[in-house]
Amino acid sequence: MLITCPYCGPRDVVEFTYQGDGNRERPDPASQNFEAWNAYVYDRLNPAGDHNEIWQHSGGCRAHLRVVRNTLTHEILSVAFMRSTHTSTARRKAEDKS
Amino acid sequence: MVERQSPLEPEFHIGSHGNFEHGVEIILTETGPGSIVQLAAWPGEEKKLIAAIRTVAGLALPDGAGGGLSDGVKSVFGFAPGKFTVADEAEGLAGAFAKAVTPAIGTVTDLSHGRTAIRIAGPKAEWVLAKFFAIDFALPAFPVGAGRSTTHHDVFAQIQRTGSDQFDIYVFRSFARSFWKALCHASEEIGYEVQ
Ligand SMILES: [Zn+2]
Repeated sequence: MLITCPYCGPRDVVEFTYQGDGNRERPDPASQNFEAWNAYVYDRLNPAGDHNEIWQHSGGCRAHLRVVRNTLTHEILSVAFMRSTHTSTARRKAEDKS
Repeated sequence: MVERQSPLEPEFHIGSHGNFEHGVEIILTETGPGSIVQLAAWPGEEKKLIAAIRTVAGLALPDGAGGGLSDGVKSVFGFAPGKFTVADEAEGLAGAFAKAVTPAIGTVTDLSHGRTAIRIAGPKAEWVLAKFFAIDFALPAFPVGAGRSTTHHDVFAQIQRTGSDQFDIYVFRSFARSFWKALCHASEEIGYEVQ
């Protein structure tokens, strides 16, 4: 499985660390809404298909990434920086893809 | 001035080794820069940091991810978004950057004693490195001056291409001797010279 890091280009999956389901919405840290916290910690869509995920390029540039992966085929449909301001330094790779 | 010891020394043997009867195809050496500095810009401050690199090191970074250049004495390359490694033959680079890179722009980390720079050169350099790292070493994919962050057996390495058949590899100092030995073993079958 290859993940194309927006900074580093295509890299083997061993360079990346899975950081969990990308659909979760973290409640405000001060929130005492237990249902919201319960949903954040336990509720998962677990789809058989496209899935929003958070990955870190831990063995490369160490950027956190938004990845859409198909859970049936392992196809990587899209990869983007979690932090949108990072795109400004990733011009060459972005141009290569288009 | 205090003489810095090389972590490679017990395994650093000048001369030709391995299967070199038909000539050596790999040159291995330690570049031993006096300064290795890591610079990181806060989000949105990247241009100011790149300007500081130009002022302090006299190196004009090209646009783009992993872009870099070397003038033979000083080298710079991007290794992550808004982050750069700069090396200089001379000591004192971190102090110079600490004046130019204000706390509002970003951070300066002196790694001069924390990293070891190993140079691999020769017609088979790409071929040997391909045994170690799962990245594309072909010149169009990895142009001269550019840098790459990757890992070898889960241990970080930063690689800058400083010539069409020459690469400088920055590894943790504590890991350098092991990595050096592995590089020597990988070069044995084609013959290598340590300089
Ligand atoms: Zn990356």
